[in-house]
Amino acid sequence: MTAPTATRLIDHFKLGLDAPICLTWELTYACNLSCVHCLSSSGRRDPRELTTAEAKAVIDELERMQVFYVNIGGGEPTVRPDFWELVDYATEHKVGVKFSTNGVKITPEVAQRLAASDYVDVQISLDGATAEVNDHVRGPGSYATAVRAMQNLSDAGFRGFKLSVVCTRQNVGQLDEFKAIADRYGAQLRLTRLRPSGRGADVWDELHLLPHQQRELYDWLVAHGESVLTGDSFFHLAAFGDALPGLNLCGAGRVVCLIDPVGDVYACPFAIHENFLAGSVRDPGGFTGVWRTSALFAELRQPQTGGACTSCQHYDSCQGGCMAAKFFTGLPLDGPDPECVQGYGESALAGVVAGSAPKPSLDHSHRTERRARTSGPVTLTLSRRKPASACDESPLAGFEGLDQPSGSGCASGACGC
Amino acid sequence: MTALPGLPESPAVLTGFDLDRAWDVHSQVAVRPEPFGALLYHFGTRRLSFLKDPTLLAVVTSLPEHPSARAALAATGADVTVQRRLARALATLAATDMITERAEASS
Repeated sequence: MTAPTATRLIDHFKLGLDAPICLTWELTYACNLSCVHCLSSSGRRDPRELTTAEAKAVIDELERMQVFYVNIGGGEPTVRPDFWELVDYATEHKVGVKFSTNGVKITPEVAQRLAASDYVDVQISLDGATAEVNDHVRGPGSYATAVRAMQNLSDAGFRGFKLSVVCTRQNVGQLDEFKAIADRYGAQLRLTRLRPSGRGADVWDELHLLPHQQRELYDWLVAHGESVLTGDSFFHLAAFGDALPGLNLCGAGRVVCLIDPVGDVYACPFAIHENFLAGSVRDPGGFTGVWRTSALFAELRQPQTGGACTSCQHYDSCQGGCMAAKFFTGLPLDGPDPECVQGYGESALAGVVAGSAPKPSLDHSHRTERRARTSGPVTLTLSRRKPASACDESPLAGFEGLDQPSGSGCASGACGC
Repeated sequence: MTALPGLPESPAVLTGFDLDRAWDVHSQVAVRPEPFGALLYHFGTRRLSFLKDPTLLAVVTSLPEHPSARAALAATGADVTVQRRLARALATLAATDMITERAEASS
């Protein structure tokens, strides 16, 4: 058997690169919040957390592999006492940092310091354009915390930080308001998909988008083009029509992966489950060894079959959707996404035995539960906009020698960041 | 701007890009060679670009050794059609600050 060879750029990515384009690194499971949809079921610190020295050794490896930057998350990464030390160490070693935070530590002083660095980007999480909608999922006071952080960053002159929103049934009607908030603080809006990962599985039925909301979101994204980042997380919506900016590819184990707080390496941030565990940075070969030799990653880089989706005319567009979304809703990996826009996911889900979907392997949730959530906020209706005309397309599209990817941040979107 | 023989009829993409100037990879840009060409990452703009063509990578990395972009293109020995395509790619890279005009020590 000969190894598959690639001719198109997208094929190179499907077969995997010698090093990830970028990766997600969750520095701690500790978090001051208890968001109901937390993808990593965070809350309590894991006592096996990587030490400062171990974390620096990982950064050394990333520098050698020429990983341009890492998306640091958690948990709430800024609560690690050595957080700023690690950020400084990474940027001194030519590894850029984009970190996600709920804003709890973004004081005016910290904001000043962040604004002074070209190598650090900040992503503020907000899941409602109003306190009512946001705090319902992220907890009381979290809206005010995020807004204060954005104000501090803006006052410090930090331009282009990211306002990151997980789209839910309750906030998808607020997209114009989110855009207005981002504009007010000189930030760039980033919208990502809710996955049934971590505690997200518990609230999936309540929060995931309804079919008509998916259509409205798609139209809104098409209308806003590259001014809004998506981390390439909505490629399952490509089956509505034209592809959205980005590579429209599941990068798990191919161009992206996750390093968790204890150093375990998973195929993707949304797949914290033993089935997607490739190894540990504490293994003798380190992160490099895991990336280049793990059996799981080798398997993910093999050509994938569409399974039940093969006969669907939209398979080339959506590629069957998100692996993690399928897995944690109990669907086979070679079948439709649970949110398949053609409706095949719904019929597939009807055949899943209740309670049979896999559970996350880890749970670091706070043991004291938040006050029971009452009925949800009013679901808003999204105003429809016409898609942008073809004339609004980037003049760089279709260029032969150079692919100009979308936006900034992970401009490719290939890495799910 | 002097026209390169065989340049496109409507060189809109070349606006602001002078083939006869000396060019360099931006100091904040990292280049990672790949089997298909290279990944370029700009730490200032946080943009990622893909060079899908090893010849283009060779031109980009040799820019510092040549007095002009035109000379770097000529050094590839590629035919005019290919050079035109490469010139357009360089213009795109210049427009996104991946490459910048090099300040000459003397003029």
